[in-house]
Amino acid sequence: MTATTTAPDRDPTAETISAVLSREVRPPRPGALSASLAFGWRAMLKIKHVPSQLFDITAFPIMITLMFTYLFGGALAGSTREYLQFLLPGIMVMSVVMTSMYTGMSVNIDISKGVFDRFRTLPIWRPAPMVGYILGDMFRYTAGALVILAVGLILGFRPDGGALGVLAGIALLVAFSFALSWLWTMLGLLVRTERSVMGISMLVLFPATFLSNILVDPKTMPGWLQVFVDLNLIAHLVAAVRGLMSGDAVVDELLWTAVCGGVLIAVFGTLTMRLYNRK
Amino acid sequence: MVSAAMTAEGTRSMSEAGDSLAIETSGLVKSFGGTRAVDGIDLTVPAGTVYGVLGPNGAGKTTTVRMLATLLRPDGGQARVFGHDVVREADAVRSRVSLTGQYASVDEDLTGMENLVLLSRLLGYRKPAARERAVTLLEAFGLTEAADRQVKNYSGGMRRRLDIAASILNTPDLLFLDEPTTGLDPRSRNQVWDIVRAVVAHGTTVLLTTQYLEEADRLAERIAVIDRGKVIAEGTPGELKSSVGAGSVHVRLRDRWQREQARQVLARVLGTEVQLDADPVALTARIMDGDSRDRASAQASRALAELDEAGITVDDFSLGQPSLDEVFLALTGHPAEERDENEQEVAE
Repeated sequence: MTATTTAPDRDPTAETISAVLSREVRPPRPGALSASLAFGWRAMLKIKHVPSQLFDITAFPIMITLMFTYLFGGALAGSTREYLQFLLPGIMVMSVVMTSMYTGMSVNIDISKGVFDRFRTLPIWRPAPMVGYILGDMFRYTAGALVILAVGLILGFRPDGGALGVLAGIALLVAFSFALSWLWTMLGLLVRTERSVMGISMLVLFPATFLSNILVDPKTMPGWLQVFVDLNLIAHLVAAVRGLMSGDAVVDELLWTAVCGGVLIAVFGTLTMRLYNRK
Repeated sequence: MVSAAMTAEGTRSMSEAGDSLAIETSGLVKSFGGTRAVDGIDLTVPAGTVYGVLGPNGAGKTTTVRMLATLLRPDGGQARVFGHDVVREADAVRSRVSLTGQYASVDEDLTGMENLVLLSRLLGYRKPAARERAVTLLEAFGLTEAADRQVKNYSGGMRRRLDIAASILNTPDLLFLDEPTTGLDPRSRNQVWDIVRAVVAHGTTVLLTTQYLEEADRLAERIAVIDRGKVIAEGTPGELKSSVGAGSVHVRLRDRWQREQARQVLARVLGTEVQLDADPVALTARIMDGDSRDRASAQASRALAELDEAGITVDDFSLGQPSLDEVFLALTGHPAEERDENEQEVAE
């Protein structure tokens, strides 16, 4: 590789520049998949250069798993071990869904810098940069879910669904988070600052994750709250993931989650691309 | 200008490269809120030239470039790039242009190498070829040593070079450079100028926005001066300067009582009106006649000699190019203004 030649850098001159100007054929433009993968690669590079981002998908999930298991376990299920069988799939959903809001923040940060302008003047498949963010984030979702699973197994989580059920649950969770990410890309394009993206995301995610079946059985809640939980997408996702992991998957919940995911992509994916083209 | 004509898809075909007009706009309009940032701009940019767009901050330069680069949708009027409408045929435009914006359009978290490999891949190079292209460009732009450093640790000049390298990766037919030298030190500025000359010599059309008359003068074959979203003058640098003057002579005397005498000498030698500055020992005279720098300096040295002969003691004598302010003063009767003041006036 010529990159490693030790000759000192020289200032660019007319000669060096004209030597690199191509007189050859331009390569054909990349397809949708390779453009999206290139942007996915960029997201991975960002994780490599700013590894502190991984803190969110490791330390935070470990912390909340430990906290809730030992805080509520005795009171709610008689023993922490018992409670963990119920809690773990839910806490996995909570922490992965929480991580999904970083997609919106990275979109927003990129816009405030000039790099977005360059992407938008490239003759590539238009959604590719957005898909790239989300591909990078799917890596984080998977990593986050595996971290929680590992912690759970250490603490005594023994799912009846076996390895296959657990993997199916994680796959469903990552797929749903992919769909949900389009809500955040839209928000990232819509809102002015990174801070407000975070603020609004929290405003949505806090009630959606806490007012659900993640921590407790909704049967103990007042009627009006049960209605909310019933309408809560996240609660259906949790029920589906829990079902898969415990080996008694509920078809209704799986269908619900799949349909909601499809609708999220259709609505927010479209809105994202409209905003992206208008920006 | 027709180089390596190819017919395969994604390549420059004979007819594409042979277009005589790179940019053609008529009545281009863009408003933000109630302010018309671009207010009916007509531009005609022949292919294969450097075209300068000169104007102060907030004149509408960046907005115009962003519309032409398909980043902003015009509110009115039409714009065509190599015959393609920037709104309806945006993709065709995108495959032939690239943009180096006023703010670095490279990724700060990535290294120089990664930035260029990413762009190569997005432009369709396969993995090994993408890397090869990146290595070649980094070397040509004097960035090999910095290749594996994150861009956030680059100096302003290095960043700008990487940015331009990214823009010419695919050798575009039209390159937009939005204030490419603003904030750069003189050495980096000269490098950017060399790059622009090399790019245009290769056959790429360059649209360059700038706040500096000197820059437009050195690089551009034609210049449009814009102010408050409108083109207020257009022509070759020579035409523009002959309407403004080739430069100004600034003189400071030792004794204020010699100023009247000095004024007469300068008026006689230079044949223009001499302005008495607020400083009681200073005078300024515009050199009108002369579309080349040589003639202006010849006149200036003659003026200095005559002042000396008349026994006038000169402490300081300088010849400067007309500044953007002077161009504006001459063309519009008001100095170049910042956007804020502009907006206030619009609001009134």
